[in-house]
Amino acid sequence: MLEIKDLYAGIDGKEILKGLTLHVGAGEVHAIMGPNGSGKSTLANVLAGRPKYVPTSGSVTYEGKDLLALPAEERAREGVFLAMQYPVEIPGVNNIYFLKAALNAVRKHQGQEELDAMEFLQLAREKMKLVELDEAFMNRSVNEGFSGGEKKRNEIFQMAVLDPKLAILDETDSGLDIDALRIVAEGVNALRSEKHAVLVITHYQRLLKYLVPDFVHVLADGRIVKSGGKELAEELEQKGYEWIEEELVAAR
Amino acid sequence: MSTVLDDRFTLAPVHIDGEPERVRRIREQAAERFNVLGWPTTRSEDWKYTSLASLTSIDWKIDQRQPEGNDPASPFGDQPVAELMFVNGTLHANRSALANEHPGIRVMPIGEAMETESFTQHFSRYADYEKHAMTALNTAMWQDGAYIEIAPGTVVEGFIHLLYVGGGNAEHPIASHHRNLIVAGRGSQITVVESFFGKGTYFTNTVTEIVAGDGAVVDHYKFENESLDAFHIGTVQIHQERASNVTSRTIATGGGLVRNEINAALTGEGASLSMEGLFVLSGKQHVDNHTVIDHVAPHCDSVELFKGILDENARGIFDGRIIVEPDAVKTNSRQTNKNLLLSETAVIDSKPSLEIHNDDVKCNHGSTIGQLDEEALFYLRARGIGAEEARNLLVYAFASEIVERMKVDAVRENAGRALFSRMPKRLPERRSESR
Repeated sequence: MLEIKDLYAGIDGKEILKGLTLHVGAGEVHAIMGPNGSGKSTLANVLAGRPKYVPTSGSVTYEGKDLLALPAEERAREGVFLAMQYPVEIPGVNNIYFLKAALNAVRKHQGQEELDAMEFLQLAREKMKLVELDEAFMNRSVNEGFSGGEKKRNEIFQMAVLDPKLAILDETDSGLDIDALRIVAEGVNALRSEKHAVLVITHYQRLLKYLVPDFVHVLADGRIVKSGGKELAEELEQKGYEWIEEELVAAR
Repeated sequence: MSTVLDDRFTLAPVHIDGEPERVRRIREQAAERFNVLGWPTTRSEDWKYTSLASLTSIDWKIDQRQPEGNDPASPFGDQPVAELMFVNGTLHANRSALANEHPGIRVMPIGEAMETESFTQHFSRYADYEKHAMTALNTAMWQDGAYIEIAPGTVVEGFIHLLYVGGGNAEHPIASHHRNLIVAGRGSQITVVESFFGKGTYFTNTVTEIVAGDGAVVDHYKFENESLDAFHIGTVQIHQERASNVTSRTIATGGGLVRNEINAALTGEGASLSMEGLFVLSGKQHVDNHTVIDHVAPHCDSVELFKGILDENARGIFDGRIIVEPDAVKTNSRQTNKNLLLSETAVIDSKPSLEIHNDDVKCNHGSTIGQLDEEALFYLRARGIGAEEARNLLVYAFASEIVERMKVDAVRENAGRALFSRMPKRLPERRSESR
């Protein structure tokens, strides 16, 4: 589904990803872990098409398409979803209006019928239950006045409604209490299927107890330096990231 | 201005049939005053941001014929309870018979009201032609306009619509001077909407005096949607008595050169005023919003909010002054101006000011100027919303604070339409989101 080859990318002229290669197949859940500054968020933002994050060489192929050539909205319509690390507050833009416009933009692009207001509300209500968000949130402005946990749950709610093929979670677990963490994990688990792929970017192993990955990768200094199964996450939790860095130094 | 001025600097007043002696005298005084004051220039502090050179260089004609093209239509259909339509300064259509069947409601062309007690008491008492040249010009030159009087205790359901259509061209530029008087009696309630639009080159100079009697509730809306080649100078002068409650909303989306003066005097204890404005500009539009809120009596509240959205080479001005007089203790006043600049070349001058003459008040003011939030724009796009729609959503969101507060559905929808009609069509700059 997603094929990243020797990707270099940076921000404000500073190179952060330095030859990253990763293959994500349909139906798989990959966790990307790594210390601060290793390039985790850069990877997420480059994949979603955030301005300022500039790929300089290498390629990203998503379902056979050159992902990097598409503007952000086209990527979303093709089924790429980024749950943001810091969801932005947008005063004056109604949550429900926004999400309906987003869903219909995606559906239209994928050749599906657009949903009318009633159909959309029905779908939204069902998905809200999944993330335990109160219906009152729907009529508020996007993320405005939401607590940190509510913002993250709102990201998962949007993901559930938009039903992306590739979901990228950028440190969605950071700052969450254990209940919110469980809700986020359940939201993602509900999306898991043969057709969906998930890329979980995280600093900690906590989330991976509820959201068990098929593969775990360690990102350091802009490259994937170690890959393994779910047990790698446990090892990292116990030993920290230093041993990997030591291994790397020793290998040089 | 051959038909308006004897020569470029000497104004002779217009007189209309059946004009009472008092009106005659006021007109002559106003003309004399204009001849002394002359056209406003940027040398005066009140006009420092707006030059009228392009206006005064045109040889304006008075012409009451209907402009060419389609018969002008009201944006509200038959929704207003009464409607007067003026074309190039004179009455064109009058749909007020039904409303006037109510003994407490009087809606008529101002020329027919000149003998009424209320007209005699209020006309030209508030809009000051001694100091303000454009008000002097209007007072000397007006030929038509609307008169609305609501008897004490009368509540008008729905809204009254005053519609002004202008039309002219470069060879035949037309000036019109409308004069309106709205008197809301003690404890009455009324909503009045004024709309301005037209085609081609013309000059609208309009003055509306509003009197809110004790405990009266007045909602006044002004939609300025003149042609992009038009000049619009308008004054809304509000006089508030004890415990009256006035809401003034000015939505400016049109006009080449526009000056919106909104002034209010809170002269009775416990009066409250909400003054809001929204200006949405692009191209080379120049819109100067100039407001004065004068707190004369104690225990009055005023909340002022003006928001500007400026694109391309537009120039906007917010120059707002709040005066708290020595007797106006316990004044509560807030003045805010927020602006959104959509291009590198749009310009806004924001000058909020407070002038406080006693120390028992709660007043604050502030202004902000910002650009579209790039993070919010990306957030919307990252969910599949196109760049242009995302941009429009954010622009609308900025304006919605004012639009959504409009109580009358038809009026709110009209504001939304006016806004979308001026919504920038251009895509935001593509930065570096794709290679």
